[in-house]
Amino acid sequence: MKMHRAEEIWLVISVGVLILSMVVTGYQAFAMDMAPPSHKETIDPQKVDQTAPFDNPGVFQTEEGKYEVVMTLQIFSFTPNKIEVPAGSEVTFTMTSKDVVHGFQIAGTNVNAMVMPGHIQKITQTFEEPGEYLILCNEYCGAGHQMMSTTITVK
Amino acid sequence: MALALKETFSEKTNKALGVNSEDAKLTLTYLSLAFIILFLGGTLGLLQGLNRAGLLELPSWLNYYQVLTAHGILLVVVFTTLFMVGYFYSGVSHTLGGLLPKVRKIAWTALGSMLFGVALVAATVFMGEASVMYTFYPPMQASPWFYIGLVFVVLGVWLAAFGVFISAANWKKRNRGQHLPMFSFFAVGGFLLLFLGSLGVTAEVLMLIPWAFGWTETVNVMLSRTLFWAFGHTAVNVWYLVAVSAWYVAVPKIIGGRTFSDTLARVVVILSVILNVPGGFHHQIIDPAIGEGIKFMHVFMSLSISLPSLLTAFAMFAIFERAGRKKGAKGLLGWIKKLPWGDVRFLAPMIAMITFIPAGAGGIAQTNNQLNQVVHNSLWIVGHFHLTVGVTVALTFFGITYWLIPYLSKRELTPKLNKLGVIQTLMWTVGMYLMAGAMHWVGLLGSPRRTSFSTYGDHATALGWSPYLFSLAIGGTLLFLAVVLMVYIAFHLMFKAPKGNTEFPIAEPEDDAAPTPQWTERWGLWIVIAFAIISMGYVIPVVDMIVNAPPGSPPFRTW
Repeated sequence: MKMHRAEEIWLVISVGVLILSMVVTGYQAFAMDMAPPSHKETIDPQKVDQTAPFDNPGVFQTEEGKYEVVMTLQIFSFTPNKIEVPAGSEVTFTMTSKDVVHGFQIAGTNVNAMVMPGHIQKITQTFEEPGEYLILCNEYCGAGHQMMSTTITVK
Repeated sequence: MALALKETFSEKTNKALGVNSEDAKLTLTYLSLAFIILFLGGTLGLLQGLNRAGLLELPSWLNYYQVLTAHGILLVVVFTTLFMVGYFYSGVSHTLGGLLPKVRKIAWTALGSMLFGVALVAATVFMGEASVMYTFYPPMQASPWFYIGLVFVVLGVWLAAFGVFISAANWKKRNRGQHLPMFSFFAVGGFLLLFLGSLGVTAEVLMLIPWAFGWTETVNVMLSRTLFWAFGHTAVNVWYLVAVSAWYVAVPKIIGGRTFSDTLARVVVILSVILNVPGGFHHQIIDPAIGEGIKFMHVFMSLSISLPSLLTAFAMFAIFERAGRKKGAKGLLGWIKKLPWGDVRFLAPMIAMITFIPAGAGGIAQTNNQLNQVVHNSLWIVGHFHLTVGVTVALTFFGITYWLIPYLSKRELTPKLNKLGVIQTLMWTVGMYLMAGAMHWVGLLGSPRRTSFSTYGDHATALGWSPYLFSLAIGGTLLFLAVVLMVYIAFHLMFKAPKGNTEFPIAEPEDDAAPTPQWTERWGLWIVIAFAIISMGYVIPVVDMIVNAPPGSPPFRTW
């Protein structure tokens, strides 16, 4: 197949853009630790309440300026809810679902993760700006899906 | 020999006398049903848009999630499949000299199977037994009859696919050494891709049926979801390939041009078939249980899907420029003015193509892992597929309708109806851009998809989304009016337009076109490569999901 000169230029430029976007994505993921949440631990979805750490959900300070939120998602709520952390904290959310597939999103941030029954998901965010952030479920989970929300207050 | 002569004769009469009336009846039935489904799905879309903006409260017997499930399935699966089968069968009949009687029978059986399946699916959804969305992620569990309905839909699709394969094989046997006509080449590619894409979801549904009947207790959630997306994203790319077939085959003829390159068009079909199936993985970029390395490899696999589209973009503008220059266009961009903008058969697919520029660019952006995390499950995504499927695919389908239905019903598109079509196209475009534009923007701000009206306890962030959702509702209303107009036009062309002769537009190659190489016909090789690529994408994660699976999930009914 003989190609027109202009077509060759067009393809070189457009494939170049694709490769550049891959390089940027790869660099951010592996050199800057910005890869999307991909935690691989599993859990028995029918025994979440009896399995550590989910037998005791809550907000825990792990070290100076760092917190871990152990959270269960279930129709149609987050446990714990109404979380509070000081400004500048690095917060790691460790989550699983007790029933169906849920989504964990903090509006106005890049925190966005799928939370599945049987799987433990982790995502970390540093909250610099004080304010009351909206946490919501962004995967349809049933009749009360639109009510599944809570807040995280950064002081 | 006698048989071969007879067949050639039938091809010639087909060209001279127009379409075989039995083939016309088949396609017109498929298209009528497609437009009825478009009307139903569009009506549900209107209800949804108004509810989402807080302007309409839906009754408990027809709540938002029932409406959304039905809207998604009817428009993204049923309307598109019916149109695809009807359109491709008419073109196969036209380019291969009429359908074989057994193929015609297969196509009617396919229709019966699909309709039975759709009836089961729709009934369970409207009875409130299956508010599980187009994606039906377990462990949310619908009535078993919902899944059984899906089996019949898939069965219908497979029958329709094999009807086209049989037609193509039969033609090749009668025309040794010749290239399958380009239209039929697209039909074979489209159905082959749909078949490959449906394998995963079929495996999933066969796991879900015994679970839904209670014969198995638990289900593997991640595996089901992964198998679904091997289908979920491939399907929309099949509809896109159907639209692309009209761009290569019909549009050049309509504007008085020639095909750009027969070989290039076939390469686009082959690449689409080979590369598409693993693309579904980018729906799982923020899932647990899949490692970062696999996710990065899939950035490559998803981005590679854009390659055939980039080839198409060049080819289309080359066709337009050449056609314009032949009509005497001067200067760098003079050819733009020479294009038949007032002809709806051109205008509709042209807007469809132009829309694919931002829509495809958005797709490329959101398949990059970190950018995906920003917009995953937000309204941005809904905006994206309303541009790709809602404009690029649907407007091309409408553009096809203006010549395909009169060709089959032996009628004509009158100037008056053409004008009405132009108005329809513009209404659709404005409505979709208002709606999808608002969805993109409010999605970036964090507004989620698939939720009924909610201010999340009057949270300030959520209240700030209201103006965009209002714009979404205005766009949705305009779209509903455009749906009504389109359905009217389609049935008018079928039963009321003045009798006349409409041709099936098939573009011819340039006089000095290079011959198409024989390797384009090596379907066996393409299938092997497609399976190799599917394996590259799926073997490692799927084995991981099976071997390292957590205990399964019991069913939940949460609506």
